[in-house]
Amino acid sequence: MSLFPNALVLLGKELRTEFRSRELLTTTVVFILIVMFMFSITFQPTSDESRQIGPGLLWLAFLFAASLMLQHCFLREQHNDTLSALRLSVSDPFAILLAKLAANTLFLLLTELFLLPIFALMYNVSVVRVVHWLALAFFLGSLGISIVGTALSAISAQARMRELLLPVLMLPLLTPILIVSTEVTKALFDRAPYVRWQGIGFLAVFDVVFLTALWLFGEYLLEE
Amino acid sequence: MTPPAFSPVALRFENIDKRYGGLLALRGVSLTVAPGECAVFAGRNGSGKTTLLRIAARLVRPSRGSLSFSNSSCDDEKSPVRPGFVAHATMVYDELTAEENLLLFARLQTVSRPERRVEALLEEVGLSDRRASLVGTFSRGMRQRVAIARALLHEPAVLLLDEPATGLDPPGVAWLAEAIRRLRDSGRTILMSLHGESEISSLGTRAIRLDAGSVVADTRTGATFRSVLTFADA
Repeated sequence: MSLFPNALVLLGKELRTEFRSRELLTTTVVFILIVMFMFSITFQPTSDESRQIGPGLLWLAFLFAASLMLQHCFLREQHNDTLSALRLSVSDPFAILLAKLAANTLFLLLTELFLLPIFALMYNVSVVRVVHWLALAFFLGSLGISIVGTALSAISAQARMRELLLPVLMLPLLTPILIVSTEVTKALFDRAPYVRWQGIGFLAVFDVVFLTALWLFGEYLLEE
Repeated sequence: MTPPAFSPVALRFENIDKRYGGLLALRGVSLTVAPGECAVFAGRNGSGKTTLLRIAARLVRPSRGSLSFSNSSCDDEKSPVRPGFVAHATMVYDELTAEENLLLFARLQTVSRPERRVEALLEEVGLSDRRASLVGTFSRGMRQRVAIARALLHEPAVLLLDEPATGLDPPGVAWLAEAIRRLRDSGRTILMSLHGESEISSLGTRAIRLDAGSVVADTRTGATFRSVLTFADA
């Protein structure tokens, strides 16, 4: 069973290359900041309005940022045909997808972690009391985005209109995640915050189902 | 080169077809490459050389036919044969150093004592003093040395070289020819695709010409050997 050791080695590579260049994280953070700032000056919401529209805006921004981030996920491997080298080296190709998935989830969570306090300040929303529940919602939502996004990134990297193809395929598939994550976050931003367990359950099931599908069919996504 | 830690391996392609959409890249290719043989594939662009080598590397699945290594079928996931593959793309990361690249692939291939193996290989390809430099800062020749070191990490019995001299200057080609000579003499089975006759093609013990996805000439003898290679370049 070399799946997890291989995935860990590859995750280390993903983190090393990203933290060395910081290209992806910097671009994504700047992009989300611009989106949040533009929404803020366009609508100038009150505190109550922020509680209503803020979660949707936040998750839309995360989704757009993820589509930006995921574009590079497999394109990087095409530059020197390193994907072939990885396929030749690992005994289970799912290790490649697992490492990419873990790295994408981690990068997305880091971006969210950085932006949450800025959002709270900009939109005058208190998040301190519910930060642990937010962390759970962000984790499950981000994992779902990364699972679907990583699979579609592997597909679109081999296509001609790859820059357009990824968001076109990804956004409709992730609509359930967007809706449910928004509802869960909205409940947590309420003046009397509460946990929408149905939503949390849906996110967990979505993640398990799509992760299983990726495990079963992922090998075919990497084939030429 | 270090003493070989492998048994010689033969490759057998049986009636291989490869179709990409409407394009038939390989048509009924059947041939056997004997253990320790150095087969040179020649042919025009699009003749199927790269596809055949990628099938041998198990990077591409044939649409029809089968590939086997000695007595083990390539379809057998437990098959111990894992060829080393060098292409004209370097297949290493520009953002990592030479040492980091080799350590990464050594660990993925579960090479025992990876640090030692990487150190030995860096020494062999003459990059010990540049081990900590990013591959992105290397010349084409140096990148190709890293690529060869990567392909040799697990001491493969079969080596696949897809136009390995592309973009190399004359000293680079001379170094590559010497490296391939040593690998051939160590008993490895080598399959390489080349464009025409060169210092490297003269290392071959067999010349195979492909045209439109089919084998049209196959020889081991001196006089026809040269014509097979040069005709392909015409």
